[in-house]
Amino acid sequence: MKYIDEFRDPKIAHRLVEEITRRVTRDWTMMEICGGQTHTLVRYGFEEMLPRQVHLVHGPGCPVCVTPLEVVDKAIEVAARPDVIFVSYGDMLRVPGSKKDLFHVKAEGGDVRIVYSPMEALKIARRNPDKKVVFFGIGFETTAPPHAMAILQAKREGLENLSMLASHVLVPPAIRTLLDSPQNRVQAFIAPGHVCAIVGFDQYESLARDYQVPIVVAGFEPLDLLEAINMLVTQLEAGKHEVQNQYVRSVTRYGNIGAQRAVQEVFELCDRKWRGIGSIPRSGVRINSKFAAYDAERVFGLEDGGAEEPKECIAAQVLMGLKKPLDCPEFGTRCKPESPLGAPMVSPEGACSAYYQYKRHLAPAVTRMGMD
Amino acid sequence: MCLAIPGKVLSIDEGPGRLARVQFGGITRTASLDLVPEAGIGDYVLVHVGFAISKIDEEEARKTMEALEQLADLQDELGPDPVGHA
Repeated sequence: MKYIDEFRDPKIAHRLVEEITRRVTRDWTMMEICGGQTHTLVRYGFEEMLPRQVHLVHGPGCPVCVTPLEVVDKAIEVAARPDVIFVSYGDMLRVPGSKKDLFHVKAEGGDVRIVYSPMEALKIARRNPDKKVVFFGIGFETTAPPHAMAILQAKREGLENLSMLASHVLVPPAIRTLLDSPQNRVQAFIAPGHVCAIVGFDQYESLARDYQVPIVVAGFEPLDLLEAINMLVTQLEAGKHEVQNQYVRSVTRYGNIGAQRAVQEVFELCDRKWRGIGSIPRSGVRINSKFAAYDAERVFGLEDGGAEEPKECIAAQVLMGLKKPLDCPEFGTRCKPESPLGAPMVSPEGACSAYYQYKRHLAPAVTRMGMD
Repeated sequence: MCLAIPGKVLSIDEGPGRLARVQFGGITRTASLDLVPEAGIGDYVLVHVGFAISKIDEEEARKTMEALEQLADLQDELGPDPVGHA
């Protein structure tokens, strides 16, 4: 496929690894934010290919992973109502709430449906005027514009039986929180290309300046990521801390202005709790009061319950780049994709799921015994 | 979640919603071009949850690939680095 195959050329990949190896003189720790990038890095064995001085740690850029337990519990509460058709992206169905997940709700007779696009939720609402259709709208900056467009379209059509349980989060406040942590060891960031396709990379300049960390906006194919790592190593070795754009074919400095306007029209900034990390001020957006009729939390009067994370899950440390999935004693034994303890094992973008898929043979022997 | 796949715009229905048929390898899907109004037939767009979110700049893509290929060619000509860290 065009724009995919050529960015997987193994000859150029090896050359880039040689180039990185030639440049690096000491240990550097860098983090990719986006779960999609984590999967490319793990799938293509970057850790094994790159010189040992380059340490890759995985960030919190998996919306399924960071959606707080309370929101999952709200989804479960509303999905169980007999008057509701609950519509969600597939990943969210197996995310454990404090007592059960959405698959259990479906098994118990709840009308829970999986869709690929928010526009399918509109179709379902049109076809079922006697039901209340609730769309589970989670995601980062990339997904917020399509969700805003769905709400705008519902309003234009006068669809009154559609609402959204929205939980959107933003990348830069999370990076700031990571960098503010006294435990932080990340020295450079690979910024998420598709988030930046929407918001641009202008707002990353202040992060690079304030914390003196180099940031490279990158695509999702192996050559994109290797080039980004090469750019970061070059900056780190030279003592620079600039924002560079590797993903020039899809990202511009100011991003997609039309998409940003749609988000501004429907949503407003808010504090958000991140699963495993805690509350981060102004780190998300919620449906604003003009569109309150489409806000499932207001429509159904959903309230925060006091939910607690399972203590044995180390997702918080994985999402902060402090530990890797293979450091977890539950990895591959009690925690597997079909019976996850934490969200990073559920989502196809979760770091634990990536390690389970591509690296579980490297888990300690005691863990491997529990493998399928 | 932020997965977006590059596809080629085959046709556009200019009705409300500006829906396009977009080809991804051997598969064709419908996607909204509302967020990328500048995209036309023959353009490549990144599609995320049924919406094109960005038009791929073919010229920039070509330049990126050329620079990467040049790096590979240059190293072919120079041979391995005898004092490198590898």
